Amino acid sequence: MNWNQIFLMRQELFLTIVILLMLIADILVSDKKALNKIAIALFALQTVFGFFSVYEGSLFGGMYVTDSLTFAFKNILNIGVFLIVLQSASFLDKNLSEIKKVGEFYIILFSSLLGIYFMISAGHFLILYLGLELSILPISALAAYELYNRKSSEAAIKLILSAAISSGVFLFGITILYADAGSLYLKDMNGNLSLTYFSIMGMVFMFSGLAFKISLVPFHFWTADVYEGAPTAVSNYLSVISKAGAVFILVVLLFVSLRSMVDIWKYMIYGITVLTMFVGNFFALRQQNLKRFLAFSSIAQAGFITMALLSVDRLGVSSIIYFLAIYIFSNIGAFGVVEAVALKTGKENIDDYKGLYRTNPMVSLVLMLSLFSLAGIPPVAGFFGKFFLYTAAASKGYYALVFIAVVNVTISLYYYLIVVRAAFLRKSEKPIPYFKSDIYMKTSLFIVTIALLVMGLFSPFYEYIYDISNIVNF
Amino acid sequence: MINGVSIYEILTLTSIMFFIGVYGFFTRKNLIAMLVSVELILNSAAVNFVIINKYMFPGKLGGDIFSIFIIAVAAAETALALAIIINLYRLIMSVKTKDLETMKY
Repeated sequence: MNWNQIFLMRQELFLTIVILLMLIADILVSDKKALNKIAIALFALQTVFGFFSVYEGSLFGGMYVTDSLTFAFKNILNIGVFLIVLQSASFLDKNLSEIKKVGEFYIILFSSLLGIYFMISAGHFLILYLGLELSILPISALAAYELYNRKSSEAAIKLILSAAISSGVFLFGITILYADAGSLYLKDMNGNLSLTYFSIMGMVFMFSGLAFKISLVPFHFWTADVYEGAPTAVSNYLSVISKAGAVFILVVLLFVSLRSMVDIWKYMIYGITVLTMFVGNFFALRQQNLKRFLAFSSIAQAGFITMALLSVDRLGVSSIIYFLAIYIFSNIGAFGVVEAVALKTGKENIDDYKGLYRTNPMVSLVLMLSLFSLAGIPPVAGFFGKFFLYTAAASKGYYALVFIAVVNVTISLYYYLIVVRAAFLRKSEKPIPYFKSDIYMKTSLFIVTIALLVMGLFSPFYEYIYDISNIVNF
Repeated sequence: MINGVSIYEILTLTSIMFFIGVYGFFTRKNLIAMLVSVELILNSAAVNFVIINKYMFPGKLGGDIFSIFIIAVAAAETALALAIIINLYRLIMSVKTKDLETMKY
């Protein structure tokens, strides 16, 4: 290995430098508000830096793999995290008197992102496992960030216990596959697996470990509680960035490592998709708290994502990546509005949003666009994301599944519209008074709105993603 | 290799350990006991790695290295979980799961 090769992992290296600089700044800078600005500036640099030219290759004997697809996906995640950093700056500024710690929030958040980087460019199960742990452990520390708040600690203990048991089950599955295939490299596993009950059990264990992270249905019990209790910026991160990273690695595992078992896991995915969509949608119908509501809606969205796994080809990969890119923007927009309102008034229930349009037209407009995008209504971006997912499933003849998905979209439209109706049509005696968000929150919501409209009117980078999603031909 | 002990016996033992852990996780009413159950699961995976490496693929090191990392990460996980539990105990003076039900459905 020479020194040029180490620059293959320059996104990870640069993020490590950002974390170290934040540590130094946390010691040297005494003004806590300035730390917010430093963190935003450093991460903006990281985001811009990530777009420079792509290298392809592998490091450490194939343990670390990078190609155009992982590179593009890391850039998508970077943009998402940048928006979340802006929203957390707003949250930290507001609660400065109670929390008194600003620097470590960003250090822990960036460490978790570093874990996701390693997870999605893993070529070996060891790196995959370490990345998974590095991504989830810091974020459960962040869930307990409001130390004085009982709900926050409760959410954190639920998150870390379910993360721990899921990684235990995941590991046990890996041991079984290791015994069968004799190799721990993701690529080598495919040809060496036998189709015995033994290795199928390993596959099921490994899948259920990852399904915890994506919150697919039999493994979704922690989701709503954690999203409700954790600080909103952290729920936001969990619902988009963690989930997107885990979905990416699930695609790689199923399409590359376990490809020889496709006839077995497709039935499993089929059942889980149907269950996830129905359970997520029906539970979302009866929620009053908006964070719980968004938690169940994100469970239902995970069901739509797994639908495209059934077409084991390039179209499936590219539609999933494209959907995730749009989903990141829509969910960050929805959670951002919830956070903006909660920071100023402390209200999180749907009933409190009655008459929001009369007092705060801009915020309710962003809320409407994000929820329409989540529901998949044509003028905004979400429509194309869902459309490509249907195309991927239909291209292999799963028409019944596409029909079930369309039924579920109709159900989801109903509950998304409940929120929009409360904000736009309902009148209230005491609506939420007019408030001004700070510059961070405004910038973040502005970027989300622009992205949703632009990606809805024309899909500039779907073809690019289609060109580079060639993980199937590893 | 241990004389007189085959891989089947050890794998049976680790599988039993794994399921005791899963059973304990779902039935215990105390957060610390749940954490102990998770440790059982992680340890069963670590022993599995060592045994499979030793009996089935001698001469390679993949499983051995993996088990060392599992032990290190499990320690970090336990430390973090205990820190959260201590903070929770300061707030509500309890580590029972039935006291953690302010958020439901």
